Amino acid sequence: MPGLLEKRRDDREEGEIPTAGMADIAFLLLIFFLLVTTINVDTGIGMTLPPKLEDQEPPPVKERNLFNILVNSQGELLVEDEPANIGQLRQRVKAHVTNFGEEPDLSVSPDDAVISIKTDAQTPYDTYIQVLDEVWMAYREIWDQIARTGQTPQGDQVLDQTYDSYEAYRSTLEPQEENLIREAFKAQISIAEPDTGD
Amino acid sequence: MASQRFERRTSDTEPGFTTASLPDIVFMLLIFFMVSTVLREQDIKVRTQLPEAEALTKIEQKRLISKIHIGPLKKGENEGETAIQIDDALIDNRRAIRQIMYNKLQNEPRLIASLKVDVGSEMEVVNEVQQELREAGALRINYSSNRENPPN
Repeated sequence: MPGLLEKRRDDREEGEIPTAGMADIAFLLLIFFLLVTTINVDTGIGMTLPPKLEDQEPPPVKERNLFNILVNSQGELLVEDEPANIGQLRQRVKAHVTNFGEEPDLSVSPDDAVISIKTDAQTPYDTYIQVLDEVWMAYREIWDQIARTGQTPQGDQVLDQTYDSYEAYRSTLEPQEENLIREAFKAQISIAEPDTGD
Repeated sequence: MASQRFERRTSDTEPGFTTASLPDIVFMLLIFFMVSTVLREQDIKVRTQLPEAEALTKIEQKRLISKIHIGPLKKGENEGETAIQIDDALIDNRRAIRQIMYNKLQNEPRLIASLKVDVGSEMEVVNEVQQELREAGALRINYSSNRENPPN
């Protein structure tokens, strides 16, 4: 009996797993994961909150430099004490920050200009984002212009070369590198302190 | 003379390259994608339909992001009351946010709080969260929003 078994073993060819189909299996799995993978980048509107105030008054801002936007609980806008709609906001913000002291009611200089957004407790978040977006877009359009011309609206040279847009300039920056456009033309957007109700 | 030179070049080995290492290459790629794939990060218990905006910035450094979800609770078909979720847990006491965010800030000083707020929310809860973030000192925030489709 043992001799028979041994004989049969000897007759057999070397046992081998066929590996030809391995690549196909791997490819199938690879394609599955390729399709499933989403390398999604988080996008959004960046803001910096004001630091917590330790019983000291916030620095005073001259009335003419301040551009007040008030959004009420119905999502209606009050811009500089007048009702307005979102469509006009971008142009008005641009006019305010690039005034350079010409109009007496608008800002003295871009560095002094502050855009203040104040909301009500019941203000829809959607409206708030739309307003914030318009204000940022006003700055974006100015930055776009700086990127295209290489100079600020005042005529200061900031960039050595020109770019198609602010985004194009930003994408060339290294993470630690200073954003020269934003440094030359600072955006000052203030989210007003909510009323505590007392 | 010329034909001789050509004949000399022919060899007995069959043309074609070995495909034996092909599975290895494919497996390497496969393992890379398996590792980098995130099927579902968290179990999000609140509905967050994000607003649309134009002036967007991308956050390339994902490590810095800490997400705060604000929206109505998902309760079957009906939507519940507005709730806040950080990581996996719903926040019952809103005053606890400052401690959570403060601890996160200790680990990552360049933290960006990504506010994923549902479009239907009211500013009250957003303001409350922002006040908590100020208390914690986590001042860099990002109102997460999707790209607006340009009107054509």
